[in-house]
Amino acid sequence: MEYMNKSIEEIHEALKKGKVTSKELIQESLKKSHELQEKCNAFVTILDDAKEQEVTEDVLSGIPYGIKDNYSTKGILSTGSSNTLKDYIPFFTATAIENLERHGAVAVGKTVMDEFGMGGTGTTGHTGIVKNPWDTTRMCAGSSAGSAAAVAAGVFPYATGSDTGDSIRKPAAYCGIVGYKPTYGMISRYGLFPFASSLDHCGALTRNVKDAAIVVDAMKGKDKYDMTSWDSSNINLASSLTGEVKGKKLCYIKELCDISSYPNASATLKEHLENFVNTLEKVKSLGIEIEEVSVDKTLLNALASVYVVISCAEATSNMSNLTGFIFGPRGEGENYIDMMKDYRTKNFSPLIKRRFVIGSYVLQKENKDRYFHNAQRVRRLLVDTWNQLFEKYDAVILPVGSGPAKHLDGSIDILDKDTAPLEEHLQVGNFGGFPSITIPDGFIDGLPVALNLTGACYDDANVLNIAYAIENILGYKNQTSKGGE
Amino acid sequence: MDKYKVLIGLEMHCEISKTNTKVFSSARNSYDDTPNTNIRPVDMAFPGTLPVVNKEAVRKALMASIILNCKQPEYIYFERKNYYYPDLPKGFQITQETKPAPVGIYGELTYEVGEETKTIRVNNIHLEEDAASSTHHEDTTTINYNRAGVPLLELVTEPDFHSAEEAVSFLETMRSIYQYANISEADSKKGQIRCDVNVSIMDASLDEKDPKNWGTKIEIKNVNSFGGVRDAINYEIKRQIELKEDGKYDEMEQQTRRFDEESGTTIYMRSKVDAIDYKYFVEPNIPKFKLDKKWLEEIKATIPPLATERRDKYINELGVSPRDAKIIVKEKPLADYFEETVSLGANPQSAANWINSIILGHLNKMEKTIEELFLTPKMLKGLIDLVESSKISGKQAKEVLTKSLEEEKDPVKLVSELGMSQITDEGELTKIIKEVIEENPTQLESYKKNPKLFDYFVGQVMKKTRGKANPALSAKILKQELDK
Repeated sequence: MEYMNKSIEEIHEALKKGKVTSKELIQESLKKSHELQEKCNAFVTILDDAKEQEVTEDVLSGIPYGIKDNYSTKGILSTGSSNTLKDYIPFFTATAIENLERHGAVAVGKTVMDEFGMGGTGTTGHTGIVKNPWDTTRMCAGSSAGSAAAVAAGVFPYATGSDTGDSIRKPAAYCGIVGYKPTYGMISRYGLFPFASSLDHCGALTRNVKDAAIVVDAMKGKDKYDMTSWDSSNINLASSLTGEVKGKKLCYIKELCDISSYPNASATLKEHLENFVNTLEKVKSLGIEIEEVSVDKTLLNALASVYVVISCAEATSNMSNLTGFIFGPRGEGENYIDMMKDYRTKNFSPLIKRRFVIGSYVLQKENKDRYFHNAQRVRRLLVDTWNQLFEKYDAVILPVGSGPAKHLDGSIDILDKDTAPLEEHLQVGNFGGFPSITIPDGFIDGLPVALNLTGACYDDANVLNIAYAIENILGYKNQTSKGGE
Repeated sequence: MDKYKVLIGLEMHCEISKTNTKVFSSARNSYDDTPNTNIRPVDMAFPGTLPVVNKEAVRKALMASIILNCKQPEYIYFERKNYYYPDLPKGFQITQETKPAPVGIYGELTYEVGEETKTIRVNNIHLEEDAASSTHHEDTTTINYNRAGVPLLELVTEPDFHSAEEAVSFLETMRSIYQYANISEADSKKGQIRCDVNVSIMDASLDEKDPKNWGTKIEIKNVNSFGGVRDAINYEIKRQIELKEDGKYDEMEQQTRRFDEESGTTIYMRSKVDAIDYKYFVEPNIPKFKLDKKWLEEIKATIPPLATERRDKYINELGVSPRDAKIIVKEKPLADYFEETVSLGANPQSAANWINSIILGHLNKMEKTIEELFLTPKMLKGLIDLVESSKISGKQAKEVLTKSLEEEKDPVKLVSELGMSQITDEGELTKIIKEVIEENPTQLESYKKNPKLFDYFVGQVMKKTRGKANPALSAKILKQELDK
């Protein structure tokens, strides 16, 4: 009997009834971890010595889960999938992980990511590329690639992720699972290796919306070590999932969803957008109103640049602590400058170095207003635009990306510049700190595709409840890469 | 010299030493603990750590801003100043650079130079974190992270000073303010005060209000004592005038120099063109917060009396001489000591006398601070009372106090240990005086003709009592007995 492919509540039920023990769950999860490692390379560390936890009334107690490798875990290697921290064993645990531990959760692995979260492919981690468990010639997307692959493969019911642009929600889409990043500050970032602090979010990857709610309920909370965290003790996401959504209002953005925006549309893109339109019809059957809205295309086209400028600028500064002196493998050289240069030159991937160059460039005195400050102005415009939509609508519903997972061999997929805003629109969720959740909404060529719901800050319960109701009628709940429900 | 006018501006860094914890970290803010013991993960920039603002540090910074008559911002936020240095583990310093972020902008302060009163303009005062401290050895450097993250106030003045004397007087005033407002010990010996000085000269005939007439600004970095500030300024003025006289002034580029304490000279560091671009941007981990007007009012209401206010009180209410009052308020700990002694009921002028003479002398000699003094205000009050009630003479008190400070013993106990208390009993004194007169019949005869011999008898009484006889009473009885 397998359990790791089931929902958290089902596993909890089995534990309570004594059908299975925490120890057996760990063994199953570890076995699957090693299998997946062979197949997809999802783990930096598999915790073979993970200890069972007492099963209590807490639904997470005794159940295995995975941690993205940019969460600081005391006594456990935490690399951020970077050679700069390839031997770093922290002496403190991230608040979000401590919160899960308090609920009796059992970590069984640290998952591979794009180096420090700076990538959307899952191919830039220092331990190698992560393959999509649905089709190993394809990518998982990133940066929470290993977490998405492992949850999709049924290694454990959930894993933590982090999301700076779409790093939870895109891999969730490519792997046919649920990816949820709550409102900025709902989960403390203390102990999360920073990429771009104003955009970084913690969150969860699961196989159904309720699990996402349960996990984030456990991870969240005001933290005295993170000033941007806020008190959400009056919010219980899991118990807000009533499925009652009649009269809720959603909107989608014409410029992103209408096929006419893509003169060179591939067959896949057409299918993806048609599937989205069909899904909207099903959603309407729930009594949800859906309207088409229009957003200035110039603004949408600026999205990706705004993201690059702000995230690279913050990343350059955030990663200035990586010198190889206090932690990380020390570089060689005659003096501290040479040693630092040696360490950074050797250990950062070229992709990251390129981002540092961009980050430094846009912050330079002579460029700062033109690039950095302008990016912040446009960020504000985008956030204002979405906030105006939230005055009228409960959430914005949009397709994720331009289709299913892309091939690892970059030469196979045709590059269509017109789809850039479609690929990047999830970043608005980071610009505004909005609650945002991706759920699977179909298949193209046997590979999962997804839709995303993004709502107003602090309105997580509402957004999740709508996702929960939609999930129930679409039929992709609890699917794993080995086959659906 | 009169051909030229000197313009001097100061950047005064002063650690806020009077908070329990650091400015963005919960580690202890303490100067003299074992190196590398007051550290939280954030102080060494371990991955995933975040800054958390210490409200008390902000409160103290705002208090300084209010005292300096600055404008406080509507929102408080912080910025990152990005640069690499071994004492800066994050690779950036959290500070406040861009107006209107600083806790205070555009203020002014009145200060005294000798007998004159002057006013200077404050460009801004901002709150930031200190770096770790480095100690350079022969071939290695050690770093102590206890200082990393200690709250630091940087005060930037306009170039309103015209001499080293003015600059130093201002710094002394600021030190006093920091001490009296309970913001900092402001002790340059502990490295709590560090200054950058900028100096330029211009033709005296031109209008200094027009920046176009200003000379080339030379910045001198890291001057760590007030004496150093004086020497650096004076050296720099001399150097610049010489360049002017030699016709080489116009070739001089805007530059940063450092002060070399040993030679008392300034040494070229880098040109303006090589200035570091710090790539400032708003620190995203600290949300902007709106400054509550009520909170500002509260802070304003809790500013403790500053030095001048206390000095005036000592003179006008406690009757202390202006000279003594001025000395006492020079260092806040001394003024606190004085006030405590007075509050215990000691005579204010007597307390001032003892503090300004023997106690200060002792501290200077031993290179100690008043906080390290063995003698408590209570002990001093005990001694003063003994004199006031004529139990011992002033001369004895002086002797006892000196001994007390040297041997670290309570002076009141010393008095009884030494059997020093005065003889004030009239009967006992009369008995002793009668004996003295009987023992000196020849002198008694002489006295009748020459009353100047009275002093001889006083001496004899003192000799017999080993100085314990109350002088006034002795004189009175002696006179009676001799004139019988």
